[in-house]
Amino acid sequence: MDVVEILFTASFWVAAIRIASPLIFATMGELICERAGVLNLGIEGIMTAGAFAGWFTVYAGGDLWTGVAVAALAGAMFGLLHATLTVPLGLSQHVVGIGVTLLATSLTYFTYRLALPEVTSPPKIDAFQPLPIPGLSKIPVIGEALFAQTPLTYLAFVTVALVVWLLYRTPLGLAIRAAGENPSAVEAQGISVTAIRIGAVMAGSALMAIGGAFLTMSAFNSFFFGMINGRGWICIALVVFGSWRPGKALLGAILFAAFDAYQVRLQQITGGVVPYQIFLMMPYALSILALILVARRATYPKALMIPYQKGER
Amino acid sequence: MRLEPKPAPTLAVTLLYPLGAVAATLVITSLLVLVAGASPFSVFYLVAKGAAGSQFALLETLTRSTPLIFTGLAVAVAFRARLWNIGAEAQLYVGGIVTVVLGTGALPLPAFLLIPIIMVVAMAGGALMLLGPAVLKTRFGVDEVVTTLLLNFIVLLFVSMLLEGPLKDPMGLGWPQSSKVIAGAQLPRIIQGKRLHYGFVIAIVSALIVWVIMKKTTLGYEMRAVGHNPQAAGFAGIPVNRVLMKTALLSGGLAALAGFSEVSGLKGNLTLDLSPGYGYSGIVVAMLAMLNPVGVVVSAIFVAGIFVGADAMSRAAQVPSYIADVMVATALLTMVVAILMTRFRIRWK
Amino acid sequence: MPALQEEKPTANAQDEGAPVVLRLDGVTKRFGPLVANDAISFDLKRGEVIALLGENGAGKTTLMNILFGHYVADEGSVEAFGRALPPGDPRAALDAGIGMVHQHFTLADNMSVLENIALGTQSFWKARFDRASARRRIAELSGAFGLAVDPEAMVASLSVGERQRVEILKALYRDAHVLILDEPTAVLTPAETDALFHTLKLLVGQGLAIIFISHKLNEVMAVSDRVLVLRSGRLAGERIIAQTTRHELASLMVGQEVTPPPVPPVITGPSLLVMEKVSTVRQANATPLDNITLSLHSGEITGLAGVSGNGQAALAGLLSGTEVPLSGNYSVQGEPVGRDWSPAVALAGGIARIPEDRHAVGTIGDMSVTENVIAERYHTERFSRAGFLDWAAARKFAEEIIADYDVKCPSPDARIRLLSGGNMQKLILGRALDPEPVIILANQPTRGLDVGAVGYVHGKLLEARSRGAAVLLISEDLEEILALSDRILVISKGRLSTPSARGERSVHELGQLMAGHGEEGRAA
Repeated sequence: MDVVEILFTASFWVAAIRIASPLIFATMGELICERAGVLNLGIEGIMTAGAFAGWFTVYAGGDLWTGVAVAALAGAMFGLLHATLTVPLGLSQHVVGIGVTLLATSLTYFTYRLALPEVTSPPKIDAFQPLPIPGLSKIPVIGEALFAQTPLTYLAFVTVALVVWLLYRTPLGLAIRAAGENPSAVEAQGISVTAIRIGAVMAGSALMAIGGAFLTMSAFNSFFFGMINGRGWICIALVVFGSWRPGKALLGAILFAAFDAYQVRLQQITGGVVPYQIFLMMPYALSILALILVARRATYPKALMIPYQKGER
Repeated sequence: MRLEPKPAPTLAVTLLYPLGAVAATLVITSLLVLVAGASPFSVFYLVAKGAAGSQFALLETLTRSTPLIFTGLAVAVAFRARLWNIGAEAQLYVGGIVTVVLGTGALPLPAFLLIPIIMVVAMAGGALMLLGPAVLKTRFGVDEVVTTLLLNFIVLLFVSMLLEGPLKDPMGLGWPQSSKVIAGAQLPRIIQGKRLHYGFVIAIVSALIVWVIMKKTTLGYEMRAVGHNPQAAGFAGIPVNRVLMKTALLSGGLAALAGFSEVSGLKGNLTLDLSPGYGYSGIVVAMLAMLNPVGVVVSAIFVAGIFVGADAMSRAAQVPSYIADVMVATALLTMVVAILMTRFRIRWK
Repeated sequence: MPALQEEKPTANAQDEGAPVVLRLDGVTKRFGPLVANDAISFDLKRGEVIALLGENGAGKTTLMNILFGHYVADEGSVEAFGRALPPGDPRAALDAGIGMVHQHFTLADNMSVLENIALGTQSFWKARFDRASARRRIAELSGAFGLAVDPEAMVASLSVGERQRVEILKALYRDAHVLILDEPTAVLTPAETDALFHTLKLLVGQGLAIIFISHKLNEVMAVSDRVLVLRSGRLAGERIIAQTTRHELASLMVGQEVTPPPVPPVITGPSLLVMEKVSTVRQANATPLDNITLSLHSGEITGLAGVSGNGQAALAGLLSGTEVPLSGNYSVQGEPVGRDWSPAVALAGGIARIPEDRHAVGTIGDMSVTENVIAERYHTERFSRAGFLDWAAARKFAEEIIADYDVKCPSPDARIRLLSGGNMQKLILGRALDPEPVIILANQPTRGLDVGAVGYVHGKLLEARSRGAAVLLISEDLEEILALSDRILVISKGRLSTPSARGERSVHELGQLMAGHGEEGRAA
């Protein structure tokens, strides 16, 4: 197959959208946190916890959607921890974020080992299956890519629409955006900045966890160590790349995933001439490149990473 | 709830805060031990015994603390200037790469020449590794947390590529590992027949040097000023960007020494599991030490003890050794709260 | 504004029968040893404008923050419309009909005027933000009170005057019956100030009650019915405007007869710093300099008057070394300023800088007094050798400044954050003036200081002038400029007026220049 031909195959786009789905969830989650003024570096660990929580719920006999809900709840709890330390206490969002990642990851591994002490090859679950949408899925290439995915992928796209609606069309969204730009504007209107930020971090963390759960419930169908593999950090880059706008961030996630799907196929074509590690490095290198390209002209939320104390202006 | 600044507590009181954080950590993690169906007292006793209960255990703890002292120093130095270096893991591997590139026969020199050369080149490599993110931060405003984190993955893949390519050990039976370093590139053992090596001594000396830099030199002063308030530091004429570059070089260099000392003193060759996350644990070590270079030695030994002890404990009790990682992560979070309490008073109204 | 129209506006603001809308009773607030408000009590009646007059640091803003629920009083109570106001709850204050226009605007730049005004007025459980009704109500209000502003405009694109109108609309949108304005004219041109006063008259006519916080006597006299004078946290006096004089208020405010500092005759020397046709790059949110020409002479204080945000920051940046000229000639002591211009080079060139913001720029809060005082010269031979700091010399220097400048602080090792504003400023002064600089930039050197500290700072600037330094004094306080300056320049929209000697231009003429009027054709 030719290097350009790949781009016109349905399987390529199916893979791209599948790869994009967890990134979309987590990027939307991070975006909500940052729009409220909190950088959430707990993302990598929260995705790990979500991946495990969702998978384990189903493994233990739960329903698939219950698994998603449990993952979201686990994410929200780690979000609460993060927010408690960074919002009212105003601790460094960098250090706390890394701390939450380390804690969520280690707690997950601890629990996994506790629950399955002897297992060497990770057990599989009956995960979400593709659910082709009648009619639409028959459109060539696009139909297969967009309308023959699992329900969780559909949910990812619905999430983007909901986040757009939330941020730009609801009274709550106004408060979230204002909290990340000028928290004193929020407090002057009698709204608690602390409450808005804690809420945003919890909701955002729940989405990150669902992103993690996608991997175990809609992609790999099992849980293993190190499975998030830097996806969380990539999502942080995607938020910057998307200039803190959900639509642009979605586009970024899909572009990124397309590139990732492309490199896998390219890897097969080049057949060992180029070390495969070079291809695996690409996503991370691309994220750094994206950051460099947009960092200068990005209009970031002005209160991002700045703790707010009541009455202090 | 509000935070009010308060006068700095005395040194003795200051030392109580990390102890309080550790105590809080023990309480929190004992809940997990209970969930695992074991008694916290016996588990912590086993951890302590495994970490310091015998000469073997103690030496093992000190051996394990060596890379943690280096990465802890790297993080402490960087965080002081508020350069968020989360990439000590990558810089460590660069140190390891340099050690095997130069130490497996490329430079057939005696140890007293070869080891200093390797150390200098390794430090330079690690320093350059962090210089990139530092330049991106100062020139383009790219957050260094994300770049250093992403570089960790890139470097690990790079190591994997080297180990399956140019650095592959021909005798390695296909395992991704490098050849062993020659005798002249090996750090001697402190006690014959035991694993503790002179890397530990180098680590202690490094900590003292860093302490002198931070407390006594203009560079240390500049780093602290930039870390506390870059705008005011710049206004006073301190060259903020240049200070950040110097900080990056020092921090990256220190982290690379961890890789050097692990390869040259302990493992003998480079593998993909050279570091079980020493770069990340270095953050915990540095925070527990409240970024004090001498404190880093103490906290590195403490953290190493938890890891060594937990390994021993999990063999005896049915509690997964990941409890150590949980303890370390919890300690990080309780410690940042403790540090806050040394500077601010929380008023609930 | 239907709610207000139903009520009949009171004819006379000093009508004894008008109902009390707000009552403060014994409000006390302490910050550590400092008593910011000491048992303050007063009533505010419907349709009345009271002015809260006081020096910087007299406790005005603290009192209003208590009223609005940002702070909790240690003692005392606040009653609005006969009901006690729960402490520490801005929401309750808003619901009780108290609106506040803060000194620093509380607007989110990334949202439109409409979104800012309606923020928090609709339930968070609503799935849809009702734009149409908000737009209608804003149109009504702006029509009724002459507060013209485009509801769809982004706040980031608004001028200062427009932003203030948005702030007032925010309060009116929430049916405020009591409006508190904290130093509302500090950022306005004289023309905008007049427009604001007109709006306030309309509001009072509709039955609102207004608290007007200011330290400017003429404004207080012009706009209010009654004045409360605050001095070091206490209520120093209460007067009906019709029955008092500027002079009496000034004395109440300061606590003694105001005597301007004695200014020895000027002995103008050579020019030490020269700018010719200098322009600067536009920085975010700051007016750049546009082709300015300026020279600072030895033995002379040059005062720069102007409404804040008209290029003062850029000019201060040029002197401080934080900004480089885009075009034009700029030389310091005869040496042309080059590409390498930076704070360190400026310091080496003999420029001392007193920055506008002593907390964020002037000091490093978490470092000690000693570490702060050496910040500009730690690398000199006096404090270091071969890269090693001489802490003994540093500490000795700190002790000298503490003694010479009468700084109250526990020890040279104390974190500077713990010091009061006045003591912090004295340390900055000591640090800047110790090397006997030939050029001094004093940017808002007395903002927020108490009267004693203000006098001290003024004295030090005059002392430096006497020994031949060239001083550039940037201040928004015209009275300070008038009291100290040998020559006065006015800055407006990044351009400088021609200089005028002491007494040459009247306050009115200066005001015209500040507003950007006059002097067409004869601009420098």
